[in-house]
Amino acid sequence: MELLGLYHYWVFAILLMTGFYAVVAKLNLFKKLIGLSLFQAAVFLLYITMSKVDGGTAPIFSGAADAVFSNPLPQVLILTAIVVGISTTALGLGIVVRIKEEYGSIEEDEIQEIDRR
Amino acid sequence: MSGLGQHLPALQVVVPMLVAPMVVLLRPRGLAWAASTAASVLAFVIAIELTLQVLGAGPVGYLMGSWPAPYGIELRVDALSALLLLVVTGASTVALVGGRQSLDAQIEADRQPYFFAAWLLALAGLSGILVAADAFNIFEFMEISSLASYVLIAGGPDRRALPSVFKYLIMGTIGATFYLIGVGLIYMMTGTLNLADMELRIHAVGDLTPILAAAGFITVGLALKAAIFPLHVWLPNAYTYAPHMATAFLAACSTKVSLYVLLRFDFFVFQGNLEGHDLQFAIYLMPLAVLGILVGSAVAMFERNIKRLLAFSSVAQIGYMMLGASLVSIAGLTAGILHIFNHALAKGTLFLAVASFAMVAAGLRLNELSGIARRMPWTFGAFVVAGLSLIGIPGTAGFVSKWYLIMAVMELGPAGVPLVAVILISSLMAVVYIWRIVEVACFAKTEEQGSSAIAVSPLMIVVTWLAALANIYFGLAPALPLTLSGDAAAELLRHLP
Repeated sequence: MELLGLYHYWVFAILLMTGFYAVVAKLNLFKKLIGLSLFQAAVFLLYITMSKVDGGTAPIFSGAADAVFSNPLPQVLILTAIVVGISTTALGLGIVVRIKEEYGSIEEDEIQEIDRR
Repeated sequence: MSGLGQHLPALQVVVPMLVAPMVVLLRPRGLAWAASTAASVLAFVIAIELTLQVLGAGPVGYLMGSWPAPYGIELRVDALSALLLLVVTGASTVALVGGRQSLDAQIEADRQPYFFAAWLLALAGLSGILVAADAFNIFEFMEISSLASYVLIAGGPDRRALPSVFKYLIMGTIGATFYLIGVGLIYMMTGTLNLADMELRIHAVGDLTPILAAAGFITVGLALKAAIFPLHVWLPNAYTYAPHMATAFLAACSTKVSLYVLLRFDFFVFQGNLEGHDLQFAIYLMPLAVLGILVGSAVAMFERNIKRLLAFSSVAQIGYMMLGASLVSIAGLTAGILHIFNHALAKGTLFLAVASFAMVAAGLRLNELSGIARRMPWTFGAFVVAGLSLIGIPGTAGFVSKWYLIMAVMELGPAGVPLVAVILISSLMAVVYIWRIVEVACFAKTEEQGSSAIAVSPLMIVVTWLAALANIYFGLAPALPLTLSGDAAAELLRHLP
């Protein structure tokens, strides 16, 4: 049961490794970027789930003395990290477009072949 | 200035960051360059002023919006960050002041404002990492500087920059994400992001396993960004195909700033908290440092493109810095940090000279550089001076840090002898690869080429020589970097018995 109770860590680890596998194993640059996004999304989940307090509500001050709040800070942090992730993906996609224009391919092995010539 | 004086740590980041979007609007030719150069010079002046304050009165702290430290965001400049601030802003300023002609040749006029904006953002990001005193701001600034450097590297005319920068982007993002995981794990256990507060609160953590995992994630992630062997594979191509001036700027400082974060975490945060951390750090990183030194130098000996050659030499030099750090002693860390400064001087000068060669020579392969010494004797003179500094000839800056490194290694006793041998062998290999360039440049038969009509601007030559003379100056009078790196090492290792 203890293992199941930690299921959000399992989601984090599996998602992280799935993304990492795609980054390492796929030759298509576009698929690599998808893997990278998964890889980052896993870390976002790690942060977001850690902030949840059992029985906690949204951290809005209501006057009740015994109110339990979830920690809002990790969500704020991850909001900025999501922005970073989007910028990285956007820049990566931009580079893929330029690579396609210059090389006519987005397969890593074909690009290496062209450069070797 | 008296009112603004107390805001210097914030201004260090704010100035380039605010000028960056304005530069995009400066369409008329040369204005974008002038504005970025002015911002960079101002940043350099701020860095000098901060260094003087640190030397005079110890670390400079700054509370953003006057919120007290663990709750608000704190900026902090100590000896280590001051030394690196000098390197970062100095490299940017030198490359911008001297580099106009080279940049004009490589970047089309209508793209220049964007390029300079990215340059200033990279400068702001790198300075931000150095002044930030909390883990998450370091991450944010790391990503700002990385994204901006991807743009800088991809900005040149060589299409091979694109696949290299893609690789850099993938590996850099993985490194940063690993760092983020580590910070998340620490936050889970301590509930704080401020480095000083974090260090104290880890004392109270009962189960140290997550902290240990965090130390692993952070060290590996930053090792990727700092291009520590064998995680350096993104570096050679990225440096080789980037615009020459961007290479001069980034080669002098970007990996070193990641190294700074690595040192800060491993020594400042983890050292006093994890039992046996110093030993783990040494066992894990010393072999990598030695391999990096040997493999980097060996590959450089056989490399045919001069920029790739110097890039592989950088991999070896990062090995020296890591070797110093992995000794986990005051002397070793002093030598490692000193080498950060001295290597930036030498490599920055070399890449500046290479940028000048590129304007005149047909290409940057060694055989295309034949006779370059006769066609541009002044620039080549500066190249040789910096090359000697890279090798570590007495009288140059490179000698000072290698001397201190050897002294630190000798403290190990008999176990240090193989390490001294490694340093000497690698220095000999540096003699070989620098000599190969000198040989081709001075003694090979010149093929007459028609492309020599362009003359390198006098400003460029003056700047290159100033950088070369700095190598000699800090070789003869190393007091300033030595004091700073000594203070930095003492502060990082304050837990050592």
